[in-house]
Amino acid sequence: MTSAASPDTGLIGRANFPHRHLLGIANLAPHEIRFLLDEAARWVALNRTESRKHDGRLAGLTQINAFFENSTRTLLSFEIAGKRLGADVVNMHAAQSSVKKGETLIDTAVTLNSMRADVIVIRHMSSGAVQLIADKVDCPVLNAGDGWHEHPTQGLLDALTIRRRKGGFEGLIVTICGDILHSRVARSNMLCLTALGCQVRVCAPPTLMPPAIERYRVTPFTDFDAALDGADVAMMLRIQNERMEGGFLPSSREYHMLYGLTPERLKRAKPDAIVMHPGPMNRGIEILSGVADDPARSAITEQVEMGVAVRMACLDVLTRGQRGIEGWA
Amino acid sequence: MIAIVNARLCDPAADALADGALLVEGETIAAIGAVDIPADAERIDARGMILAPGIVDLGVFKTDKPAFHFSGITRAALMPDQTPVLDHPGLVQHAARAGKPDFWVHPLGAATRGLDGTELAEMAMMKAAGARAIATGRRWIADSGVMLHVLRYAAALDLTVVTHSEDGGLTHHAVATDGETATRLGLPSAPACAETIAIARDIALAREAGARLHVRLVTTAAGFDLIRAAKAEGLPVTCGVSPAYLFLNDQAVSDFRTFARLSPPLRDERDRLAAIAAVADGTADVLCSGHDPRGPEDKRLPFADAAPGIAGAETLLPLALNLVREGHIGETRMMALLAANPARLLGLDAGRLAVGAPADLILIDPDAPWIVDSDKMAAAAGNTPFDKLPVQGRARMIMKGGVVR
Repeated sequence: MTSAASPDTGLIGRANFPHRHLLGIANLAPHEIRFLLDEAARWVALNRTESRKHDGRLAGLTQINAFFENSTRTLLSFEIAGKRLGADVVNMHAAQSSVKKGETLIDTAVTLNSMRADVIVIRHMSSGAVQLIADKVDCPVLNAGDGWHEHPTQGLLDALTIRRRKGGFEGLIVTICGDILHSRVARSNMLCLTALGCQVRVCAPPTLMPPAIERYRVTPFTDFDAALDGADVAMMLRIQNERMEGGFLPSSREYHMLYGLTPERLKRAKPDAIVMHPGPMNRGIEILSGVADDPARSAITEQVEMGVAVRMACLDVLTRGQRGIEGWA
Repeated sequence: MIAIVNARLCDPAADALADGALLVEGETIAAIGAVDIPADAERIDARGMILAPGIVDLGVFKTDKPAFHFSGITRAALMPDQTPVLDHPGLVQHAARAGKPDFWVHPLGAATRGLDGTELAEMAMMKAAGARAIATGRRWIADSGVMLHVLRYAAALDLTVVTHSEDGGLTHHAVATDGETATRLGLPSAPACAETIAIARDIALAREAGARLHVRLVTTAAGFDLIRAAKAEGLPVTCGVSPAYLFLNDQAVSDFRTFARLSPPLRDERDRLAAIAAVADGTADVLCSGHDPRGPEDKRLPFADAAPGIAGAETLLPLALNLVREGHIGETRMMALLAANPARLLGLDAGRLAVGAPADLILIDPDAPWIVDSDKMAAAAGNTPFDKLPVQGRARMIMKGGVVR
């Protein structure tokens, strides 16, 4: 099955995704993004099976989740994805590791490599850290978020969610609102959604908008009402409490007044607009429960569901070479 | 007695190269030009070479003789950013002795204790111990009141104050210049006007204090405009630039290349072109390497965690020669930037090609081709952003105090 040519591109095997690692969306061509989305879509049905959600294709492979920054949801999602594919999944938390004892990132990478991991999933608080490790190890590396740089599986799972809800991407207006400056989710989503043909608007307080943002081929806004006007998707980002202590923003209540997504505000978007959030949510600040919990509008739980499917697809695709899949050697 | 014959003489005070010979007697230059060579003189044939005063590198972070010799650097002003900080006469004296006799280190004393920007360091005692100027290090004195006191105190001691011009409030944790590259990489960045603000403040304070100000690295168009205006006003304000800012822009940090992490950070293309223009029109006074060799412990880290700085000494001369080859400056102006001007700022009797001047001389082979290779540097570490770049030019002979080294 995997050696068959892709119906869209006519590409066979590794030509569909010729990358050793998944470090960011920036390195991916649009057809490669669509390939991963198609692969992920196939896992959704399995994940919805009532009884045994298991596929043994990664049996015997060791997956190390090396998380140098705290995470609950993403770590769990990668762990479940690996286990559903039959991999031996091991989690390394920085809080428990020798990183705290001063070991360098390179030494940690060499150590993980010496343990013969078959795939490594990394989250780190510094932009570029995952690439640094990827250059030092012999197995595929998946970026689970590095600093403000990229969080590619989040970009992919958001795209998959939008595709399922909206049927496609071309011409869709997607408004991403929140702390764009410090957000790897925003960066991966801007890259992913513009590559797929969406019209992306980004909205942030002027203190949290990155310089030269228009170079992403997105339209920047500081006025949330204007940014929402006629949108098909409202994607809200989490705002960290520390940003609202006066350095970037005067207060959480003022942030909510200007940028909080309320049922009233959502009326500016298209009547069938969906609401997204990568979680965890600050209810009452960037989003009100009346929006987040509205089953007709909110796609937030579906995002979590698609997260597992996307991570299964990425783990599968990146290990095909090692597993000797025809056309992927 | 040593006679250097068949050389092209590069006198920084002249308009152009001149053919001729040079006679060294003892530690000084005895004759220049159409010289009668005594029969007993040792002859050095310098055919095809440029004979120039030794390079005076204003603002290095490490004494690294093999790298300095490669480029013809005979003296270097050492930044106070050492461990421990050069804020004490004993430390200054120790640093000043480090290179002799074949190489001279001229320490720059810290302006404030520990470079912390709060309490004045013992400038007079450091001067007595060998400090040639006062420097703020790679740091920003945030308190303008403290900076004014530094400038006034240094002026009374006839010491130039060498500054690093980045407003710390803006740069804070920044490791790059605001722009597309920083945003795409997700790096903390600051606007280039951090430099404008810092230079404007320091010029205003230097005017108030009647002090000599040398901005070690100017890297932006707006920064050079301020220096230009200060010079037009007649203020004793000078500035330097290093080749990295002349030949690289902020795109060099793409792919998280920590070897291109500098302080100040690389700027955009417009600022790069403005820096070249400032070298060509005389706004820039000094060309320096900012030599700061850093091993993998400091550089093989995530970009924002890596130390700033490049091993710049070996590439200083060939990249300066690039400016000549590209027609921005002539050879004599190049040596003014590399030797005469920094020597004058530091109050050194050096950087001259004149009878009676110390025989600190170099022979430059201006066309010698080589390829920069970070794995094979003479420097203590190979952190160069110019890795694999084909260049031309290196020093073939170094004479310090009349002795070939």
